Amino acid sequence: QDNRISIWSAGDLGNAGLNGEYHGEPHLLCDIQHNGDVMDMQFLDQERIVVASSTGTVTIFRHHQNNQTLSANHRWERAHYHVDQDTSCGGAACTGVVCNNPEIVTVGEDGRINLFRADQKDAVRTIDNADSSTLHAVTFLRTTEILTVNSIGQLKIWDLRQQRNEPSQIFSLAGDRVPLHCVDRHPNQQHIVATGGQDGMLSIWDIRQGTMPVSLLNAHEAEMWEVHFHPSDPDHLFTCSEDGSLWHWDTSTNVSEKPSFLHQGGRSTAYLSHTAINQSVVSAWLSNDPTKDRMEITNLIPNQTLSVNSLDVLGPCLVYGTDAEAIYVNRQLFA
Amino acid sequence: DTVPPQVVPGADSSSRQLCFAWGPAEVLVCETLFGRAGGSRSRADAAARVLTVSVAGTEVGAPSSSRVFVVRRDQDIYIQTLRKLFNESHGIFMGLQRSEEELAGKSRKAQLVQVSKNYRSVIRACMEDMHQAAVSTRDAALQAQYSTQVSILSAMELIWNLCEILFIEAATAGPLLLRLLDWVRLHVCDVDSMVREVLSSESPSKHKLFWNVVDVFVLQGRMDEARHLLSKEASANPTSMNMYKILDDLMKKMPVPSLSNTQTLTELELKWQHWHEECQRYLQDGTFASNPHMESICKILLGDEDAILEKKELMTTWYHFLVTRLLYSHPTVKPMELRFYAQSSMDLFLGGESSPEPLDLILMAAFEFEMHQVIKECSIVLSNWWFVAHLTDLLDHCKLLQSHNLYFGSNMREFLLLEYASGLFSHHSLWQLGVDYFDHCPEFGRVYLELHIERIPLSTEHKALKVLRICEQRQMQEQVRSICKIMAMKALRNNRLGSALSWSIRAKDAAFATLISDRFLKDYCERGYFSDLDLIDNLGPSMLLSDRLTFLGKYREFHRLYGEKRFPEAARLLLTLMTAHIAPCSFWMTLLTDALPLLEQKEVIFSAEQTYELMRCLEDLTAGNPDKQKFQDDIETTKVEMLRLALARNLARVIVKEGTVEGS
Repeated sequence: QDNRISIWSAGDLGNAGLNGEYHGEPHLLCDIQHNGDVMDMQFLDQERIVVASSTGTVTIFRHHQNNQTLSANHRWERAHYHVDQDTSCGGAACTGVVCNNPEIVTVGEDGRINLFRADQKDAVRTIDNADSSTLHAVTFLRTTEILTVNSIGQLKIWDLRQQRNEPSQIFSLAGDRVPLHCVDRHPNQQHIVATGGQDGMLSIWDIRQGTMPVSLLNAHEAEMWEVHFHPSDPDHLFTCSEDGSLWHWDTSTNVSEKPSFLHQGGRSTAYLSHTAINQSVVSAWLSNDPTKDRMEITNLIPNQTLSVNSLDVLGPCLVYGTDAEAIYVNRQLFA
Repeated sequence: DTVPPQVVPGADSSSRQLCFAWGPAEVLVCETLFGRAGGSRSRADAAARVLTVSVAGTEVGAPSSSRVFVVRRDQDIYIQTLRKLFNESHGIFMGLQRSEEELAGKSRKAQLVQVSKNYRSVIRACMEDMHQAAVSTRDAALQAQYSTQVSILSAMELIWNLCEILFIEAATAGPLLLRLLDWVRLHVCDVDSMVREVLSSESPSKHKLFWNVVDVFVLQGRMDEARHLLSKEASANPTSMNMYKILDDLMKKMPVPSLSNTQTLTELELKWQHWHEECQRYLQDGTFASNPHMESICKILLGDEDAILEKKELMTTWYHFLVTRLLYSHPTVKPMELRFYAQSSMDLFLGGESSPEPLDLILMAAFEFEMHQVIKECSIVLSNWWFVAHLTDLLDHCKLLQSHNLYFGSNMREFLLLEYASGLFSHHSLWQLGVDYFDHCPEFGRVYLELHIERIPLSTEHKALKVLRICEQRQMQEQVRSICKIMAMKALRNNRLGSALSWSIRAKDAAFATLISDRFLKDYCERGYFSDLDLIDNLGPSMLLSDRLTFLGKYREFHRLYGEKRFPEAARLLLTLMTAHIAPCSFWMTLLTDALPLLEQKEVIFSAEQTYELMRCLEDLTAGNPDKQKFQDDIETTKVEMLRLALARNLARVIVKEGTVEGS
């Protein structure tokens, strides 16, 4: 198998705000061979990317922008592995990785949680057998707390400051223990968490209260692979699924001052948190009354065929990849 | 037709015994020590042992390591640059299958022509990529391979384009010629560099290849460009101004079919006849006698075969010759008349010097409107089913193929699609495309899918989930169970009990859930505590999947109640577990032993009824197997005795308690 990590240029983002003209096809800048399937990846900083592999290895790649090459910077070989009595230890797929420079947290099919630091050779902390089933995804709740979801439908909070190997809280769905595949936290209001399940259901949780989700939204017809809040406008949520659709969930009410999307790069949190405060105190996501707050849901893919495996969103740009070996870039998300 | 023998590099039947076994799309060839003792064995013997393959490496004292070869017929799917072709064409295929059938007549035909164009543009895009790859690689072998691929793709597009003109669009007399002209212009590109060279030179009319380029334009019916070049010659050479004017005029006036319906065929024929006669007159008058180039152009305009044949090198192919001939002698040719012209053109062009190549035969079959012949020839020549599968499917949608059944039952379209999709399944990632193709084969698609999908290697859970989803969407219950079992066993072996349980819940596999629960209980008995409490405590409704699982959940609940000191509830639960037969018999001893601390409590927990029940359970247990070895064991006997004592004591206390009048 020939798997590669590639960096593409999707056109000049600097002018994206003007008219959003079509800047041409994305073209390949550089790529590098990767061992095993790429299960998850995230930018650690401007130049480094952390990649989780199906062989259980976690690698940091560095993108050299001056000569457009990629090189493997650091590698943790057996970050995830199974202990088998008969054979030697086999690798277990690393299913999720999340970064908060310089810390990196990974989870895998072996139910293990690893905490790495980018500059250190060995893991800072490893929680063996954190879960008896597969951990599918991980994300940061606060700087020292993480959220994981597993294949028996549980959402767990782990406090990394504490030395005990137990989650500080466990949430689970009410009915059947449907596996959860993805998790994301609201960028501004940290108690709001969204998860996606194997049955395509989107669950919104308020982790301050209760152990069950606040709302369950029937979404896709098959596994929901990824869920993302828009980082600068969290009234928008995006989910993609095995059934080939990508949905845009919009709970922004028709308020006249909509945050502008002409900002580039980092999070203009100062500006946006103002508007967040000016809006209603209870976020639209937590509202239980579907008739009061309209939620618009649109499928962004006209002719769906194969699964949409992954998506990411930043500013007015949305990028997603499908099983038809195609990457799509949408630069006018809110036009 | 014989299949050319395939040589397996590295497998030497003279040094090692070889045997083989068939797989879905591959053959395994192994080196074995079978029959080695008797010296060299005949190949017939080796073939006879075919199905009893053993990997020789397991033999003790094997002289050297043995190798297993995997022989695949279909190499093309592994070419990186062709993946785009497979993926994009899959999208077009699916769009075609789903397209509206109700559209009739012209709009349906336009739709189908658009689909055909889409396929062709995908082929062209792939050619571009392949060309880029050939240009940028430094490896000579790779470059040769890419170049071969480019020419194969180019031939495929040529054939497809012709099929589109003749079959799908079914161009009628008039437009037919225009389409064929476009076709030739698009595909005969050997002369392009020469054209560019002349046009970009300082004074084109002085260039030594000038007249060649003019001839090329005339042969391809590109009158405007020819006239433009000729005007340069005329301005450079005023003496031939007169001749030039006449020739230019003739070329300008030449009647050609038009795509719109402004003139009927009869009108065109009349005009053309007129014009032809005019050209004839000028030629016979000797107007162009002083300039051989112009004279030959005039002869070409008159459709003089010899004059056209003189320009063989500029036309390069017999089908170019055919179209030029038709342009200048029979522009209103009808589709059904093509075959005669085609045959004679090929004969004249090749002239007995060379024999037709496979591509020529395919094109000839197309001109003769023998669709089946075209498909058959293409299947033989091409190494991959992609082309014939998609073309046949499209032709079938045009309702052009009579469905004569092939001898094993399915029609040609289905046969080709099945072959193509089966080839895809041996690829580690393109198999997903194959699933959709099987879906659209009504007769055998499902069976093929069932057989293939179980053989996809499931290296990660992610992949297994995708395969499962495909099976579930098609109600392939058996495959779901089998895949879930495989994943659950893997998880169990890796000690991931939660994962194992999650897989058995997905398959609703009660038997496996029982297995997992037994494993948990065994662990508990050995260690004295539960592992993976997060799982057992949170079973929820899935607990009901199997009795054993329910027991596990309830048993854990018992422990929890005990831990919270809710003794009466714990006691009740414990009893229910035994009396309702939720607990397996093997576990009763443990349960009764768990009851001991409850019996020994200061306050009475079990009521008289309950105590009687417990005693009955104990008696049932001990009476069952009096001579079983475990009861000879000291510990066991002690336990039983202790239980009896405790039960008796409890009974005594409870009788007294219950007999006492309430109120004190």
